[in-house]
This record gives sequence, structure tokens and C-alpha cells, in this order.
Amino acid sequence: MHKYIIKRLLYSALIFFFVMLVIYIILRCLPTSYLENVARQMSQRPGSKTYQEWLAQLEAQYGMDRGYLAGYFGWLGNFITGNHGDSWFYTVPVIEKFHDTVWLSFWMGLIVMFFEIIIAIPLGILAATKQYSVTDYTVSIVALAGISLPTFFFASLLKLVFSVKLGWFDLFGLVGRNYERLSAMGQFLDKAHHLVLPIVTLVVLSIGGLMRYTRTNMLEVMSADYIRTARAKGLDEHTVIYKHAFRNTLIPLVTILGGSLPGLFSGALITETLYAIPGIGYTSYNAMVGGDIPFSMFYLAFIAILTLLGNLIADLLYAVVDPRVRLS
Amino acid sequence: MAKKKNDGYLSAKESRRISRENRKITNAYEKARKRKNVPESEYLTTMHDPNNAVEFDNLHSYFFTDTGVVRAVDGVSFNVPIGKTVGVVGESGCGKSVTSLSLMQLLQRPQGQTVEGEIRLNIGGDKAYDVTKAPNSVMQKLRGNYVSMIFQEPMTALNPVFRIGEQIEEVLKLHDDDHRTEEQFKARTIELLEMVGIANSEGVYRMYPHELSGGMRQRVVIAMALACNPRIIIADEPTTALDVTIQAQILDLLRQLKNKTNSSIMFITHDLGVIAEMADYVVVMYAGRVVEKGTAEDIFYHPAHPYTIGLMNSKPVVGKKVDELYSIPGKVPNPINMPKYCYFRDRCEMCVEQCSGEYPKEIQISDTHFVSCYRFDGKEAK
Repeated sequence: MHKYIIKRLLYSALIFFFVMLVIYIILRCLPTSYLENVARQMSQRPGSKTYQEWLAQLEAQYGMDRGYLAGYFGWLGNFITGNHGDSWFYTVPVIEKFHDTVWLSFWMGLIVMFFEIIIAIPLGILAATKQYSVTDYTVSIVALAGISLPTFFFASLLKLVFSVKLGWFDLFGLVGRNYERLSAMGQFLDKAHHLVLPIVTLVVLSIGGLMRYTRTNMLEVMSADYIRTARAKGLDEHTVIYKHAFRNTLIPLVTILGGSLPGLFSGALITETLYAIPGIGYTSYNAMVGGDIPFSMFYLAFIAILTLLGNLIADLLYAVVDPRVRLS
Repeated sequence: MAKKKNDGYLSAKESRRISRENRKITNAYEKARKRKNVPESEYLTTMHDPNNAVEFDNLHSYFFTDTGVVRAVDGVSFNVPIGKTVGVVGESGCGKSVTSLSLMQLLQRPQGQTVEGEIRLNIGGDKAYDVTKAPNSVMQKLRGNYVSMIFQEPMTALNPVFRIGEQIEEVLKLHDDDHRTEEQFKARTIELLEMVGIANSEGVYRMYPHELSGGMRQRVVIAMALACNPRIIIADEPTTALDVTIQAQILDLLRQLKNKTNSSIMFITHDLGVIAEMADYVVVMYAGRVVEKGTAEDIFYHPAHPYTIGLMNSKPVVGKKVDELYSIPGKVPNPINMPKYCYFRDRCEMCVEQCSGEYPKEIQISDTHFVSCYRFDGKEAK
């Protein structure tokens, strides 16, 4: 078991190295460059050096005068030693900015995941046990609509109905106009109120996939021989479905859910941007648009590590729920 | 329309119409079965012969599929006497398994439904239930307790995520009338495992199904079926998936256990050798109907129906040299579109004139021997 985990971690490190190399090169090739922007502004000041001179000076200052490979190894060394540098765009240490924004995204993601699980899995089981019934079709159509709706469209729709027409929620932002004057409890409620629409958006769009996954797996399990054996024992339908069938459906479900746990930290880029919620997704979007290489690199490295970890967790969970793949 | 049906092609419209009609029919059956508090009188019946454990009487089990109604079992009648083994033979798809699943009421729902006939199950004390009319709640008490089943696929019949002990104990706990303790359940489970010839019973108790071989798993399935001393055990091709040596062991085991518990066995197989070894009575099925039934001696030494004769000829005989093994020509008619005449007519080598008439009635040719064939018309035993 330990051997297996160590082996997997070593593989992950190798994958991480190459993934980050590709990302670093892409970021260096981005058409927006923070340094060029700054150099342009500086050169336009009266009596200043030329643009070329400014750019050369800035590049040397920020360590961007090196080639891609040398630059990458420089970044990698800093990353490993925990020296993540300062964000160019936000002009604060990368870690500080990250810390300020990631928890909001994490809690939002956790709430979304909670609702996703308690809505999608029971619906999936219901649809599977009543296959081809009106319930099944209704659930499937709603789920499919959820999958098919693009985030920006659905978010705009929600805003139109609940913010513009009904006026229940603000259009943008995490806090209201008079946030500063509220008590601690009031501030919390204000934030919660602003998070309702983003969370609804994410939940509606995510239940479809999980529900269909649950339904498919449940249907497969329900037609298995051991379900017939369970019925032949004289078990009632409830026990057959929720003990014998569900325990087997759990195998793929736990795997994908466990695998998506680290994803809670990665934020929801599009939704956060649409609602201007200062979570990690929105922050990293702005950093990337602003050509902020240190922050973008840190965020993407973080996501890469989470993804690799997620896969490892998924595989380990597989062994937990399925006795056939217990690793010795 | 009729032409379309013949080449197996259905238009979308036609298919929709069929499935809509099917839905209407099956919903009615499902509704009846899901009722709560059904008075016992509705499914209480009496055995025609109290020495029988089960009586199948004119059983019809149909599958309402999107391409039409499949008459998988179409008027099957036979009895399973107490303490005897009845072998049911026939080729794949002739309705053997569907007959046994009808007895358990475990047909694939909602498509599969028993639409007509009775299955009288002797539950002792002069009482009998007609399982075709019994609601789910009653069936759950009968399954595993009065009737149990050994399935044909030991590799998949056990739930992969539960331990062997837990799976056997589950059925014991479910039908527990003596309020046993946990230790007693465990003791009984280990006793069962030992009974079916598993040496390392304590170890197997804690194992998962994937840690056992096919033969061992089949023993576990048998242990599970025997757990509550059922009155009737349905063995649905219990040895098909096993190799010949294990097969012999399992058959021995079943025979011993039957003598020990005095249960009846309904033995389903297409292996005539196994039937000859196991069965007291034999029922030969063809295309959803019983074509011949009688004692094992009747069937093996005096086969009457051309299909049975064909079956007997198509098994290899030790010491007899043939170039090519005999096989019955032709194939089984399409189950959706059964002919009006004898289903075997088109493959039969002994046709007589009446064969084009309606399906032949059952004719008794000796005390125990029945056959559905025009060749015996007028030769009934008095």
C-alpha cells in the first residue's frame, strides 16, 4: 500500500513537471504582457527613457530576460523552496492574495457539492428504479436541461428574473452597499444573501451530470444477478435497492466524488466572474487577463497538484469501497 | 402490416403503439401486486393432491416487449411431489427458467407477467397459496423460506461487496422465527457452510465472493438456498458454469442434502445426463409448452414425443461410433408469432395428417406418462 502510494506520488511529480513546463511556456507567450504595459506607461512620462530601455530594465528586474527553459527552472526552484514571490497585478505576495480568496471559493464549492449530492443521487436512484416512467422522463429531461445550459446563459437568466424583475438579489458582488455598517451577524447574512444566486447556478448546472451517472450505474447494478439473488432471499424492495444495489453503485460514485474533492479549492472561474464574486476563480481570471505570471503560475500549479491528488484519492477510495481492489 | 411483422421490421409508430398498450397491461398487473392488506382469501387455495409441494396449473407467463408479446410460458402444467426431484429439460429459451421464476414471482418486471393459470404452493397444514395472485408482501415471506433458488451463474450470483457470512446470515435473519442471537446466526451459517462441503468454513465466513473459486461460490449459493430449510428448491442449471468434476460433486451434494431435509427439488437443465442422474420425474418443454412428462424411466426408456426422441438421439452415447452427432433439423419458431398448429410440426420427422390442425391436447399414455402429440391420439391409457 505504502509502496503503491509512493510510486503514484513519483509519477505525479513527473507529470507535474511537464504540465507546468507547458503552462509556463504558454503564459510567457500570452499576448497580454504585464511588463510591456508598465513599460509603455513609464515611457510616456515626460523626460523618460524609451520604451525599449524600460522594457529591458523591467525584464531584467522581474527575471523575464531569461529563455523559457531557464526561466521555468528558476520558477520551479522558487516554487519548491516555497518562494512564490509577489503578484504583479495585485502587488501583494501571491500567497497572501491566494489565502484571501481561496476560502470563499472553498465554502461555496462545499455548499454546492453538498446540494449536488443530496439532490442528484436520490433523483438518480429514483429515476433508475422507475425506469421509463413519467418520473424517470421528467428527472432526465430536467437533468439534461441542466447539463445543456451554458453557465453564462443560465446565470443571466437568473439575474434577469430574480435581480432585475423581482429585485430579490443584487446583480453583482459579494457584499451589499451598506456592508460596513452591519453587525458581524448581519455581515455574514449579507454575504450569504449574495451567494445564493451563484450557488443556485452551480448546483443546477452540476446535478445533471451526477444524476445521470447515478442513474446509469444504478440501472446496471439493478440488472445484475446478485440483485435477483437478493430478491430471491425474500428481501423487500427497499433493502434490495438501498443496501444491495446502492452499495455497488457507490463504487463509481465515491470514486468520482472523491476525485472532485480537491476541485473545491479551484473555484468556479466562469460563475465567479459572472457574479463578480472575489473568489479564487475570479481573482485568477483577472490575474491572467492582466498578464500576472507569478499569480497565474501559482494558481495553475495549485490546480495541477489538486488534480493529481484527486486522481490518487479516487484510486485509493476505490480500494476502500470495492473489496475486489483492496491493495495489498 | 402482417408482412412487416414477418420480417421482424416494425415502424416507429407501430412500436410506440405496442409499447403503449403493453404499459397499460403491465401497469394493471403491477398495481394489483403492490396492493397492501390483501385478504388472504384472495390467494388461498387448496392443493389438488396434498402430496405435491407445487402444482403448476395452466401457467402462462408472458413478456410484453416493444416488439410484441412473447409467450415464454404458454400453458404449462406439472406437479412437483414432496421429497422428489423433478427435472425440467428443454433447449435454451423454451421457458424452463421462466417457469421457475414464475414460481418465485421474480420475472423481469414490469415486462414479465404471469397472466393466467395457477401455481399452488403447499405451505403445510392443509394450506396452499396461489403465488400468481399473492401480493409482493406475501411473496417476500415465501421466498427464501418456502421456496428458494440456486442460480446458474455462481460467479455473479453473489453480491461482490458483502462478506459471505453476511450474505448467508441475511436470509437467516430475514426469516427468523426463533429470535436467535448473533452467535446463533453465526453458528448456523458456519454449519451451513460445512454442510455444503466447505472445509475452511470459519475463513470463508469472512471472505468476499471474489476470493472463492466458481465451485466454492456455487456451494455458498447452495448454502444460502438451504438456509431456511425450504420445502422446494429450484436449481436453475446449477452446474452449467462448472467443470465436470465439480459438477459431479455439486450433484452429489444436492442429492445428499435433499435426502437430509426431505425438500423437493425442481431441477432445470438441458443436460440429459444430469437429469438421468438426479430426477425422479422429468418434464420436457418445447417453445413454452410441456410436450411430454413422466417418470425418468418413461422419458428415458419410452420417449414418446418426437422432440424427446430427437433429444435422446442427439446426445452422445459411450461405445457407439458415429460420424456426426444427430441434431434436430430446423429451429424454434419465433416466440412472438407462434403458429396455431403444433409448434414442433415444422421440425418433426413423424408428422401425421392431424398435425396441421390445432395444438395437440395432452394425452395420457400410461399411469405416469403424458404426451402432447397426435401420434398418440386415440391411444390413451384407460
